[in-house]
Amino acid sequence: MAMIRGHAVHTAARSGLFNCHGCRLLVRRPSADGQMLVRCPRCGTRLHLRKPNSIARTWALLIAAMIFYIPANLLPVTITTYLGSTQPDTIMSGVIFFMQTGSWGIALIIFVASIVVPIAKLIVLIGLLVSVQRRSHWRPAERTRLYRITELVGRWSMLDVFVVTVLVALVRLGYLTTIEAGSGVVYFAAVVVITMIAAMTFDPRLIWDALEKNDESPAH
Amino acid sequence: MTQTLIACHECDLIHRVQPLPENSKARCRRCGALLYAHFPNTIEWSLDLAITGLVLRVIANIYPFLSLESQGTVLETTIITGTIILSEQSMAGVAILVLLTSMLIPCILLGALVYVLWPMKLGHRLPANRRAFRLALTLRPWSMTEIFLLGILVSVVKLAKLATIIPGTALFSFLGLVLVLASINTFLAPQTIWEKMDEWR
Repeated sequence: MAMIRGHAVHTAARSGLFNCHGCRLLVRRPSADGQMLVRCPRCGTRLHLRKPNSIARTWALLIAAMIFYIPANLLPVTITTYLGSTQPDTIMSGVIFFMQTGSWGIALIIFVASIVVPIAKLIVLIGLLVSVQRRSHWRPAERTRLYRITELVGRWSMLDVFVVTVLVALVRLGYLTTIEAGSGVVYFAAVVVITMIAAMTFDPRLIWDALEKNDESPAH
Repeated sequence: MTQTLIACHECDLIHRVQPLPENSKARCRRCGALLYAHFPNTIEWSLDLAITGLVLRVIANIYPFLSLESQGTVLETTIITGTIILSEQSMAGVAILVLLTSMLIPCILLGALVYVLWPMKLGHRLPANRRAFRLALTLRPWSMTEIFLLGILVSVVKLAKLATIIPGTALFSFLGLVLVLASINTFLAPQTIWEKMDEWR
């Protein structure tokens, strides 16, 4: 247990083993009979020491998410028509509506899921990327835990997309009030999906690679 | 063949696979990520849950989800209505996303699990069962029934002053489905199932 902090760290990559992303089988490449395995013999997933191009891909996705984030928050997500007057609502004005009507619990849930989580996720992933690129040694276990939480919580931002869907389905034409979906919801859904993929392409093992003494980090 | 070594998928540290007490999970000693779990009945439990989930899914599709009562008329909404209306409002992309995450992906996930686990329980296997199991594992984060349920709750609160909302049969079976999927996430021990597949080679 004590030796894990020092040099004698046995990682799969250092031992020449590929840790299959699909089924966690440890595969030696080349195998005993000299074959260069490209896919996992058990589940068929393509073998890599690290997720391919993790840093570049995650950056690209994060930049895309940041661009979409602007229209997602500025454009209306719902357009309510009541007796001929229309009222567009953005994500933030939706939160304010719940606050004004006294539903503090719901206001808090939407605020956290639609505003806090996406921003926090972008900040955390950018922070992790920068720390990995600077080969930071700072609190690797905590950074890994931060990554794990980010990956777990990110899906909940889909909440607002579902709320819009249900509202649109329930309040239809033929009533005094109609709710239509605004174009903001398209951008918002894109932000959620892109940041989810960004979290999946980031490889937390890069955090630990920086801790190893010699700089020969495993390729791909 | 039992796997003797396992590497943490978050920090790559190699661990020796040790027998665990029943119904417990092993975590990485360096970063705390989940390594493997030992549920002796993982195949039976996951299979039963997956079949239950599929049945609940069918019920949730047939019956109305929510009914809106306003000005003396009742409007019934099924789970697909929302996506149809979204696609009519030229939001086809969002409609497809909602359809996938709240309906199709949970269905495919449960179907794939039944496809792998039922024959496994009976002691044989079907073609491409490894691919099916990998698919089920990959789809897990994209199955968002629990978030959809919260979305329904939020919408109901928002509309509470506008109209009377009557929960339908489908809403309750959907709640059941959410619980089933959460239990599968807890009790499914992928490592055990992969090793079971290895025994056939």
